[in-house]
Amino acid sequence: MINNNMARDYLLQLKNVSVSYVRGKYAVDKVDADIKANTVTAIMGPSGCGKSTLLRAINRMHDLYPEIETTGEILLKGENIFHMNPMKVRRLAGMVFQRPNPFPTMSIYDNVIAGYKLNGIPLTKKEKDEIVESSLRSVALWDEVKDSMTKKGTFLSGGQQQRLCIARAIALKPEVLLMDEPTSALDPISTNRIEELILELKEHYTIVIVTHNMSQAARISDNSMFMYLGELVEYDSTRQMFTKPKDKRTEEYLTGVFG
Amino acid sequence: MTKKIHTKTEYRKAKDKLFFGIVCLFSALTMIPLFLIIWELLKRGYKQFNLDLFTKIAPTSMDAMFAKMSGDAIPGGILNGLTGTLLMLVLATIMAIPVGILTGIYLAEKPKGKFSSIIRNLSDLLQGIPSIVIGVIVYFWVVKPMYSFSALAGGVALAIMMLPMIIRSTEESVKMLPASLKEAGLALGGSYTTVILRVLLPSAFGGLFTGSLLAVSRVMGETAPLLVTALGASAINWDITQPTSAVPLLIWEFYNDPNLSSLIWATSLLLLLIVLGTNLIAKSISRKWKIQ
Repeated sequence: MINNNMARDYLLQLKNVSVSYVRGKYAVDKVDADIKANTVTAIMGPSGCGKSTLLRAINRMHDLYPEIETTGEILLKGENIFHMNPMKVRRLAGMVFQRPNPFPTMSIYDNVIAGYKLNGIPLTKKEKDEIVESSLRSVALWDEVKDSMTKKGTFLSGGQQQRLCIARAIALKPEVLLMDEPTSALDPISTNRIEELILELKEHYTIVIVTHNMSQAARISDNSMFMYLGELVEYDSTRQMFTKPKDKRTEEYLTGVFG
Repeated sequence: MTKKIHTKTEYRKAKDKLFFGIVCLFSALTMIPLFLIIWELLKRGYKQFNLDLFTKIAPTSMDAMFAKMSGDAIPGGILNGLTGTLLMLVLATIMAIPVGILTGIYLAEKPKGKFSSIIRNLSDLLQGIPSIVIGVIVYFWVVKPMYSFSALAGGVALAIMMLPMIIRSTEESVKMLPASLKEAGLALGGSYTTVILRVLLPSAFGGLFTGSLLAVSRVMGETAPLLVTALGASAINWDITQPTSAVPLLIWEFYNDPNLSSLIWATSLLLLLIVLGTNLIAKSISRKWKIQ
């Protein structure tokens, strides 16, 4: 674990977090982790190890499914998210999904400000324009779409759609950006652009990214978690983990013994 | 050895061809009744299928008799039926669509609940109730308390018949939407209701519209429930509390009056064309607005 005695340095703290889909069977088992602001944290592990499940606990996505039970504490800026309004939690923790999912009925412009619309936050035309432009600029999509704002979001290519979804998430200016294998449905060139983007976004946001791609984790993350069968086996700086893993299972995973 | 395999392949190919031929033949056979019906209606109805059919109200038995005696075509059309059908379909749609769509959303969102399965079964049962039974029930619910046959009663009967279809098509089209769409909306901090109304419903709109249009076209030709609720009228009526005619009711009236019987064919042809047209529109819309 990363040692730091100043708890308030951490933007996100997971304390004894467990998630079960079936009572008594834990998909995520007693995870403790502290995440610093403006870092990229990669969650790695083989399929079914609970990495997405852990990520989705952070914006209380599991609340949608009554059979899923989440226990423990997750502190966002020191405040327990389970005591907050879930809608507020989700505004503070934006999410990018595995497959690009722009709203199919909305234009590119409306997709970017969809968060404000869905939250019923009134904006003037000028504010809207500014948010749309700055969000699309941060994901390097502005120049590509500025002349086709009224076209549907689904009109874009897969990589552009995913950047649109990132723009939609950051338009709300969240504290944390949760990414669930955001490049797994994309081609190598689009993947590369998203990875560059993540490194740029790190300046303003704290990013937690689930990935099954070890080299991706090595390229973009500051810290890495390795999960196996719901357990957080190892959590350390990425450099440390990729050079001198402490746990034998991490080493085996990284060297391709299983995965 | 090779030869043996070769003959086996030939045999299989021949069997495949034969089976394919049989399938094609029977598919073609199912088309025959439709074409025969259209042919028959065209053959018998084309003479009366003119502008008058759309612009004039149904003739009285007397007028028709005099025209027949002097060898002319029967004067008049079915305008009062067309307006009545329109009025009752609008009433039925206004009543059935909100209820049907909300129920459909409930079933799609809570697919496994006990209440959902009861509703789903009841809705299937409702679809199976003979239309005349629905008519009779509505007679006791609406016609009797209001002391009058009315377009409203007809609309209620048609709405009840439309409900199961709208519920089912809404449920199916909302279920077809990828789960990630709803999650994306909620992940942005939208409330459940907002996400349903502003993300899911618009995305499913194509399906909802098609389903509703198909339900409309399905009940458009209903006669039995209207006989005991809307009754029929010889003039154009836009008052929902008054008896009203409808296209299928006119066909029934023409059938019962020997002097008017030659109007049956043109009217039936028109009804069939409207129903087929609505169906085709519904299908093209569902293709166009499909969300992948």
